[in-house]
Amino acid sequence: MLARIQLSDDEVTQLTGQLDAIVDNIAKVSEVATPDVEPTSHPIAMHNVFRKDVVGQTLTTAQALQNAPDADGDRFRVTAILGEEQ
Amino acid sequence: MAAVKLMDFDKALELFEPVLGFEVHVELNTETKMFSDAPNPANERNHDAAPNTLIAPVDLGLPGSLPVVNETAVRSSISLGLALGCSIAESCRFARKNYFYPDLGKNYQISQYDEPIAFEGSVEVELEDGTLVTIPIERAHMEEDAGKLTHMGGATGRIQGAEYSLVDYNRAGVPLVEIVTKPIFGAEHRAPEIAKAYVATIRDIVRGLGISEARLERGNLRCDANVSLRPRGQEKLGTRTETKNVNSMRSVERAVRYEIQRQAAILADGGTITQETRHWHEDTGTTSPGRPKSDADDYRYFPEPDLLPVRPAGELVEELRAALPEQPVARRRRLKSAWGFGDIEFQGVVNAGLLDEVEATIVAGTTADAARKWWTGEISRIANEREVDAASLIDPASVAALQQLVDAGTLTDKLARQVLEGVIAGEGTPQQVVDARGLAVVSDDGALIAAIDEALAAQPDVLAKIKDGKVQAAGAVIGAVMKAMKGQADAARVRELILERAAQ
Amino acid sequence: MSEIIRWTAAELGAKLSAGEVSSVEATQAHLDRIAAVDGDVHAFLHINEHALDAAADIDRRRAAGETLGELAGVPLAIKDVLVTTDQPSTSGSRILEGYRSPFDATVVARSRAAGLIGIGKTNMDEFAMGSSTEHSAYGPTHNPWDLDRIPGGSGGGSAAAVAAFEAPLALGSDTGGSIRQPAHVTGTVGIKPTYGGVSRYGAIALASSLDQVGPVSRTVLDAGLLHDVIGGHDPKDSTSLPDVWPSFAAAAREGATRQVLKGLKVGVIKELPDSGFQTGVASSFHAALAQMEAQGAEVVEISAPHFEYGVAAYYLILPAEASSNLAKFDSVRFGLRVTPDGGGTVEDVMSLTREVGFGPEVKRRIILGTYALSAGYYDAYYGSAQKVRTLIQRDFDAAFAQVDVIATPSAPTTAFKLGEKIDDPLQMYLNDLTTIPANLAGVPGISIPSGLAEEDGLPVGIQFLAPAREDARLYRVGAALEALLVDAWGGPLLDRAPVLGGTR
Ligand SMILES: [Mg+2]
Ligand SMILES: [Zn+2]
Repeated sequence: MLARIQLSDDEVTQLTGQLDAIVDNIAKVSEVATPDVEPTSHPIAMHNVFRKDVVGQTLTTAQALQNAPDADGDRFRVTAILGEEQ
Repeated sequence: MAAVKLMDFDKALELFEPVLGFEVHVELNTETKMFSDAPNPANERNHDAAPNTLIAPVDLGLPGSLPVVNETAVRSSISLGLALGCSIAESCRFARKNYFYPDLGKNYQISQYDEPIAFEGSVEVELEDGTLVTIPIERAHMEEDAGKLTHMGGATGRIQGAEYSLVDYNRAGVPLVEIVTKPIFGAEHRAPEIAKAYVATIRDIVRGLGISEARLERGNLRCDANVSLRPRGQEKLGTRTETKNVNSMRSVERAVRYEIQRQAAILADGGTITQETRHWHEDTGTTSPGRPKSDADDYRYFPEPDLLPVRPAGELVEELRAALPEQPVARRRRLKSAWGFGDIEFQGVVNAGLLDEVEATIVAGTTADAARKWWTGEISRIANEREVDAASLIDPASVAALQQLVDAGTLTDKLARQVLEGVIAGEGTPQQVVDARGLAVVSDDGALIAAIDEALAAQPDVLAKIKDGKVQAAGAVIGAVMKAMKGQADAARVRELILERAAQ
Repeated sequence: MSEIIRWTAAELGAKLSAGEVSSVEATQAHLDRIAAVDGDVHAFLHINEHALDAAADIDRRRAAGETLGELAGVPLAIKDVLVTTDQPSTSGSRILEGYRSPFDATVVARSRAAGLIGIGKTNMDEFAMGSSTEHSAYGPTHNPWDLDRIPGGSGGGSAAAVAAFEAPLALGSDTGGSIRQPAHVTGTVGIKPTYGGVSRYGAIALASSLDQVGPVSRTVLDAGLLHDVIGGHDPKDSTSLPDVWPSFAAAAREGATRQVLKGLKVGVIKELPDSGFQTGVASSFHAALAQMEAQGAEVVEISAPHFEYGVAAYYLILPAEASSNLAKFDSVRFGLRVTPDGGGTVEDVMSLTREVGFGPEVKRRIILGTYALSAGYYDAYYGSAQKVRTLIQRDFDAAFAQVDVIATPSAPTTAFKLGEKIDDPLQMYLNDLTTIPANLAGVPGISIPSGLAEEDGLPVGIQFLAPAREDARLYRVGAALEALLVDAWGGPLLDRAPVLGGTR
């Protein structure tokens, strides 16, 4: 499942119904979203927003790990990964 | 696992035409990461950092954190695009590539999708025999690297069988440029060699630009090799595999050869190739299957709303274009003619990977031949003996200084080799080694004459023999003088002096 | 009840500066008020145990002669969507229970630097998804006007805290109306600034291209004072505008003279007929317009033909961006981790954690968003919705060529009963009908109280919209109408709210 959420059968049934809402929205939007209209990704157009390549303040390892559900030494720990090296 | 059948390489090429494609990831050596101001572990000065020490909030995907683009990384990407002969996009943007993996802090990678910064280029690569091959480039795009997983509790340290894994996010956010070729046709028997030469060329280009440490063994440069075969005469491309994790030049060559042999065996048996990712195993020289490509590879790309379009100004692009170093192939052509080397001599330098060193040595003040002899001769011999890179033993300036001592007559070739050993051993500059070891040629005739007199006194009949015309008798005296001078005399001068004495 | 809590932030700031009251007294008065009424209202998820220390520090600095800002020492409630170093930040979700941010949101850091006293974190719909605050994982907030009714959402906690005199000021966030609609149902003031006018750094992202942080208060001037503190360029947010902004407090003070209404052209939207609104909402709206006309304003009918597509576009864009933004909650680096009985792979753990940690509305939107971005659907869904943004921007451009501001009722109905619409997401979504176009187009919007609906005696808000970057215009117009109405009412609307906790 792409969203990585385990769902109960009830939830699946409910959601399937609500996907119709999405389909309705698409139908509505496609009434006016014609090929000649440019999409707007950012409400206020800007470009070339950059940062100088200068080191700033970093997190300490303790800060990085302070909310970790599980850690081992200075690294985060997770259970077995199903699959392969990326 | 059943033994993998491989077809003989030449046989495979008889039956099938290989089509290649490469995706090379280049880690840029900027001071900071692609989207955060944390230090970049792909920069030389940070590569030894302890786990989870080079981290800003966005590298962990912390709630509320936001990315900001590194200007220098953009400039480096444009330079690389230009060096690959690409067009630079007037406007390009970042996109989110969504997938869950524990090394990915945000569970999406910020990359470029439909609008890469550079597209449509080509690079010339030169094979060992000097043949030039043009590799078509589809695109080069900017993106960020992921963190590093270490698999624990299994026997092999591999993911299969591991009980748990540890995550270090230092590498998360390292600036990458991914260079994607178009399909490469016509490689034929030279496919493995072309693969190796292509990666070497990319390495040379990024080194020349100074935008990456470009060390394959550190993962600064990572090659994914796509290989497919199609039966002779068939138009349609075969199914390809993508071999990942190929982290040395030699491995790229081997992996391509292996895939050609493996796929040919399957196809010849009437089997089909699965479109999949395969992993290269350096130890066994084989590839093994990863996850098959499927509909689940749905990255749900969409434009990154936290970042704005990048529109490289025309003046910036021209400035960077003007600052481009020579293409590796063009440079080699120029150097070969400037140095006056024959094919064999020049290729010897190139194949040894010592072009930079020889060039720098010549610039530091030696003849081309002297520089070549040192590097491909004595220095390479020591390097081979010790299994290290020749370039790591000594710097070009020292080699030049050493040769200058020879040219000045301070050292004989034999003495110079001893000095070289001293310099390599860390005893200082060539002059310092000469001084400390007292190795300079004794050029004081007075000292030599004293030694000759002494030797003649010990062998009184020699002088008479020489006077009789038996000049070869001088050899015994020369030997004795050289021994007395601990070898630091110029034998030719000693001979001259002996003959002068005999003539008196 | 201490009179301190009835003062506006401007009044309290002035008295603090004059030394008539200390920040410790003011903070304590609000903490007492929270203790007395928040059991009923439940505006807060966390009370800052360091508030009195921070107040004492301000008092000390003031006593030492330091020049402090106008709001130094004034308590501030902070929506839990904003990360804070001194208090937990949960965004109303179980999955972030107890989360401690290593950095402050920029708006929090700026408030702190200006001497505001963070008094606590306010309740909200989980990850800001909702219009009623009923989707908080920590239970609903109750409307101070009627505890059986919703306080609006997602920023119901911030609006209720201000309406219940638990804090004079609060910070909110507005993705589709989450500042303005709660203002409407609680008789308070809320502003969604121009997109990029206030930093999003440290605001836990819902939909990055729509989210905007803004002030929540009881008066327009107070909102302006807070906006002056939190606004302006932030290099940590790439979408932050580099503009130099005028003082919004000054704009509010100027507006209070009412001169601005003379000749002001106020647009009303033809496509939003009265039939779309509760009777009392429509009549309050028209009464407010009539007051403005009486002062020389001109009401002009304008057409915004694409506003009706706003809700549909919004419910394609928001889930898409949210599904990606919320992928980071995966149990690896922070937040809840739920492991299946007998263990499981990382994938199993992530899936179960997200199943348990997210509420139904969040899951619904993540699934819808994942679907909307999946292969082959992007263009039809997200891409088409982005086109609607262009059309809505064009509607705004055309309208603002004719009028100075656009006015609408802030929401279709007054506060509905808790539980009334929770099972009907589509009905719930229509709450944001009038507020959504501003988020889609990036323009600023303000909601101020226009009166009470005759049929239920509950507050109604009027919304003004201005062109992008013209936030100051909203403060001038809002303050002018506010002054007129408060005069007409003989005091602030909130004076008519029922007494809370009086007997407790
Ligand atoms: Mg790739
Ligand atoms: Zn890549």
